[in-house]
Amino acid sequence: MNQLDNFTKGFFKESPTFTLLLGMCPTLGVTSSAINGLGMGLATTFVLMMSNIVISLVKNVIPGKVRIPSFIVIIASFVTVVELSMQAYLPSLYKSLGLFIPLIVVNCIVLGRAEAFASKNDVLSSMIDGLGMGLGFSFALTLLGCIREFLGSGKLFGITVYPENYGMLIFVLAPGAFIVLGYLIALINRLRKA
Amino acid sequence: MAQKESTFLNMVLTLFLVTLIGGGILGFVHDFTKDAIILSKNKAQEDAIVKVLPSFSKLGKSYKLLPADGDDSLEVFPAYDADSKLVGAAVKTYTKKGFGGFISIMVGFTPDGTVTGYSVLEHGETPGLGAKMTTWFNNPDKPKQDIIGKNPKTTRFVVSKDGGDIDAITASTISSRAFLDGINRAFNTFIQNMKTASDATSGASTKKEGE
Repeated sequence: MNQLDNFTKGFFKESPTFTLLLGMCPTLGVTSSAINGLGMGLATTFVLMMSNIVISLVKNVIPGKVRIPSFIVIIASFVTVVELSMQAYLPSLYKSLGLFIPLIVVNCIVLGRAEAFASKNDVLSSMIDGLGMGLGFSFALTLLGCIREFLGSGKLFGITVYPENYGMLIFVLAPGAFIVLGYLIALINRLRKA
Repeated sequence: MAQKESTFLNMVLTLFLVTLIGGGILGFVHDFTKDAIILSKNKAQEDAIVKVLPSFSKLGKSYKLLPADGDDSLEVFPAYDADSKLVGAAVKTYTKKGFGGFISIMVGFTPDGTVTGYSVLEHGETPGLGAKMTTWFNNPDKPKQDIIGKNPKTTRFVVSKDGGDIDAITASTISSRAFLDGINRAFNTFIQNMKTASDATSGASTKKEGE
């Protein structure tokens, strides 16, 4: 597999959100607005890329039986780094993402990529895999956030497109997340068959 | 290169090293971001105090008061004019009855308890519904939902659905009730303290020092 394929597979072919259906908790939870989705996606991208790099570097010195706990500690360290930095320098984003940042630790995408890819491949491929998967996840979350924000509150990235009163509130709430995600998955599946 | 064998010693050593390095990095990052975090938190609080109070020239020392109906204390930031006369106080209040649980509000009062402004510091309410509380209760065009310039002593700070004088946020009665619950807690505690302070003419500051 060449590196370009390696990078782009996260967007469509192996999209963590639309194809593998991994990391559904933040996907449904934070995408009430486009900016939240993007912020969450980028935070996950950073963690994914860094943990993939480190894990592919240390994969040979970690005994097989303590592989998973070691990976989790590495991932948790990077998540805490993100959490502290965000709290310090992006307080408003930290406020709206709040609880979901520590949850990146248990996001199946991160551990999934560590286990399925980084522990079997070289550093460069793992980095590109992490970056591609992360950006694919960000793309999916932003798309979901845009649709929900637009239909629900008439805004796009906080800019009013039409008066909020005409918005369909359900799209901002949890059921709306399921509805939009369901339609997007159906659409992606249709495109894949074509 | 083959993977290291899973002997007991290897496993213990690996986990020890991984956690040691992880802990070390986190300690370093924590040290690095500590000041910035405190700074941004304080700044948010200071901005809120300035926003909710009428113009003042200096802030007094803040003190904590325990409300009659809650287990966490409220923080009061008294504000004085140039002649050291009390112009009002910002009270950092809270409620646990929000749709998303805890809500923290900074609310400004004049010495007699009239609301001068408020700012929601922290909330977990639904965007598009309860989250509207950040602006809903400060709307001079809609006097029925505006709380600025009203005194909870003369206006009942209860949603109109429950027989009060304040219109709740459309479709967010729970959030509105919670918001007013927080404001009332601040008012009752603040006024009670003002009363005790003026009753005990000489010992007005004893309570303040007891934080």
